[in-house]
Amino acid sequence: MSAIIDVSGVSKSFGGVKANTDISLTVEKGGITGLIGPNGSGKTTLFNSIVGYHPIDGGSIKFEGQEISKMLVPEIARLGLLRTFQQTRIYGEMNCVENMLISLPHRKLSLRDAFKQNTAEDSEKAIHLLDFVGLFEKRFLQAGSLSFGQQKLLEFAMALMNEPTVLLLDEPTAGINPTLINGLIDRLRRANTEFGITLFIIEHNMRVIMNMADTIYCLAHGQMLASGKPEDIQDDQRVIDAYLGAH
Amino acid sequence: MSRNHLFYAVLLAATIAAPFLFPSYTAFLATLWLFIIVALTWDMTGGQMGYNSLGNIFFYGTGMYAGAVIAIGLYFPVGEWTDASRTEVLTVTGGQYYMGMLLGIPGAGLFCGLCAYLIGPLFFGLRGPYFAIGTLGLAIAAGEIVSNIEWLGGGQGISMPHSPLHPDFEKVLIYFLYAGLGVVLFVFLKWLYSTRFGAAINAIRDDEEKAEAMGIHTLRYKTLTWAISAVFVGMAGAISAFQLIHFEPLETAYQTINLGIFMVVCVLLGGKGTLWGPVVGAILFHVFKEVTWNYFLGGQWVALGLLIVVIVVFFQDGLMGYLKHIRPDWFGIRVDEKEADA
Amino acid sequence: MEQIAENIGYLFQYPVLNIKTILDGVMIGAIFALAAYGLALVWGVMNVKNLAQGDFVIAGGYICWWLAKQGWVHPLLGVQVAFIVMWGFGWVVYKLIISRVIERDLFTSLLATFGLAIMMAQIMNLMFGSDTQSVNLGYETFFFFNGFVDVPMVKLICLVLAMCLAFGVIVFMKRSRMGQAIRATSQDSRAARVMGIDTEKVYAFTFSLNSAICGAAGALVVMIWVIQPFYGITHSVRAFVIVTAAGLGNLPGVIAAGLGIGALEQYGGFIFGIGYQQAIAVVLLLIVLFFRLMQQRRKRQSLS
Repeated sequence: MSAIIDVSGVSKSFGGVKANTDISLTVEKGGITGLIGPNGSGKTTLFNSIVGYHPIDGGSIKFEGQEISKMLVPEIARLGLLRTFQQTRIYGEMNCVENMLISLPHRKLSLRDAFKQNTAEDSEKAIHLLDFVGLFEKRFLQAGSLSFGQQKLLEFAMALMNEPTVLLLDEPTAGINPTLINGLIDRLRRANTEFGITLFIIEHNMRVIMNMADTIYCLAHGQMLASGKPEDIQDDQRVIDAYLGAH
Repeated sequence: MSRNHLFYAVLLAATIAAPFLFPSYTAFLATLWLFIIVALTWDMTGGQMGYNSLGNIFFYGTGMYAGAVIAIGLYFPVGEWTDASRTEVLTVTGGQYYMGMLLGIPGAGLFCGLCAYLIGPLFFGLRGPYFAIGTLGLAIAAGEIVSNIEWLGGGQGISMPHSPLHPDFEKVLIYFLYAGLGVVLFVFLKWLYSTRFGAAINAIRDDEEKAEAMGIHTLRYKTLTWAISAVFVGMAGAISAFQLIHFEPLETAYQTINLGIFMVVCVLLGGKGTLWGPVVGAILFHVFKEVTWNYFLGGQWVALGLLIVVIVVFFQDGLMGYLKHIRPDWFGIRVDEKEADA
Repeated sequence: MEQIAENIGYLFQYPVLNIKTILDGVMIGAIFALAAYGLALVWGVMNVKNLAQGDFVIAGGYICWWLAKQGWVHPLLGVQVAFIVMWGFGWVVYKLIISRVIERDLFTSLLATFGLAIMMAQIMNLMFGSDTQSVNLGYETFFFFNGFVDVPMVKLICLVLAMCLAFGVIVFMKRSRMGQAIRATSQDSRAARVMGIDTEKVYAFTFSLNSAICGAAGALVVMIWVIQPFYGITHSVRAFVIVTAAGLGNLPGVIAAGLGIGALEQYGGFIFGIGYQQAIAVVLLLIVLFFRLMQQRRKRQSLS
């Protein structure tokens, strides 16, 4: 396995607050990488730096060997590096199938293809993926009328529709009914194995992330606290202290 | 399906027959088509893409000038034609007139489309109110600058070549130019909004940040949409130039608070972001304006300002928006009652 | 083209012309800054972009001009009268229009105020005709540099009045309870509401204050320049240029940008000729917008 995202020495501060200090990490191609840390430890800031929402103060971010720390959000997304939002973002006025069809990988479409109508295969694929996340019954409903958890699932399905190389998920289980979490873990795993999508996940739920990830990075106070296999992280006294606030 | 076809066939027949059935209303109907064209093109960016431009009139004015320059420039040096101190009479033959039309109208459209394509990347970095104000600035600046360019006739404007046709026939010709352009535009948009491209610009309207994060070529699509709308507005502008015979920069070509704001009002009245909304809105607005205009005794413009305020404040979703609200099933919208209540 | 080159040549040949141009620019720019400050206030507090800003200015000018013409009020007192009358006008506009669009999307308020701008310009046109008007106080003019630079007394008076007004507003915003409430609302209206501030009242007050500032600015304009029913849009554009260049809530920036825009316009008018005056204001808008856009690009953002 090789590194598909390579973050080295990234720093970012907002005014006087250092949100990220000298962060380095790698995301292995084809794997599932986790990013954990207490509230305010700079996880989402790091995500935003990677996908291009703000400039970074120093360091470099490479995607498939290409420097992306100066590129704009749509340019990075078109490389196949996709993210979901902590507060879900879906097109509330459209129904689920329309939401899916809009998420077709436009980066793979030529301009001529963009001026074509959606094909039967596109719709089939959309409905198949909605079925995959468990929203088949709701497929013709207005997306805005779905519950928060369902919207999260829809956003996940939209991301799959887009056929990304890497998917950055910001707290995929937050706000999801606990009884559905096992199902979601299973789907995330299948997205990784069946669709071959590399996953990079911010997660608060320890049980979820320990179950899924190959490698876990732990941030605290904007700095890299620990990294390693789930079982190492689990036993790491510094990580436990950080979460219990003994830091 | 066949009922739909019948409906469109009847409409098309009415469009063709109208100037012969109501000859005294030909000019009125021609202007109606102009309103429909500008409303439909405004809705492409304003309604379907969420970029509210206050300066689309820029392409109308530029289309007028481009059409005039082409029609005149084919046979005479433009500077000589517009020279205010010119004493010799310059005329074109019938054939030259039609050639000017044939090349001038599409040429103006292409020129405006090219303009939009070139300035689009600059303007589409501006979002929300900045885009509206920036485009308004573009239209005002263009009018002011053109009125200082002597080569284009300055503040006096340009007189077009004279038509070889009898005025009554000329009216009918102009009507069919507008109507033809309008029908082509309508059919084109009906197709465009059904493509992936149409869905993508809707996505930009509903949540541009999400659309960007999903890798949609936002800038490319936005610029293209504006360029396509500019092609049609520019062509409409060129037809207007032939219709008006003489035009000047500030009040006719770059008429920011006249047609420039009418198009927005038409769309709001009919309903933003729908195919029929701008058409219905343009008809309502134009008929209302023509019927009431003379009763305001010089206060028409005050009434227009008031009308804009009232529509914006109280009836912003327009007729189609209202129908969508009371009859969502007509538009194929389904809401899960249980979930919506929860 | 030759004319332009020649005019630029004059500026180098006779450097005192620069002094005159800058002085004129600063005196007119101070008034632009007032209207821009009002716009920034309303924009920051209630997120309404008022396209009728310039028409408020012109309306204030007509109030001063009309009262002086009737011989009822001395023009210098007309500034205060315009302030008070436009305060009431602003309150009415707020209650009738602005309060209904405040929670809606940005384009709504923009378009509603554009409609208002058209309406006001046309009403003023019907009432006062489309001729340009000004008030001549007949005060003396000082000359410097062999008469190259003329500074009319009335311009100095107006500059002082503009500074007094600005100073008064600043002190009011800093010291008074209402001023604090306005600043709190502009930072977070929901939090302000939770803390018991009547934001509805704050909005009404802010909009009236803005209208009053514009009215007073207009009364100053009519004394040192000219007004015409349709000049409003240019004043609105100038206010937008200044606020866009300076940013919201940046008072020194607004003043600096106002003076700068005033000077730039004077230079533009001198170099390109008076016919381009409107165009220069608008082209400055486009330049400022794109300059800010480039700045945002460096932050990987767009201008929104």
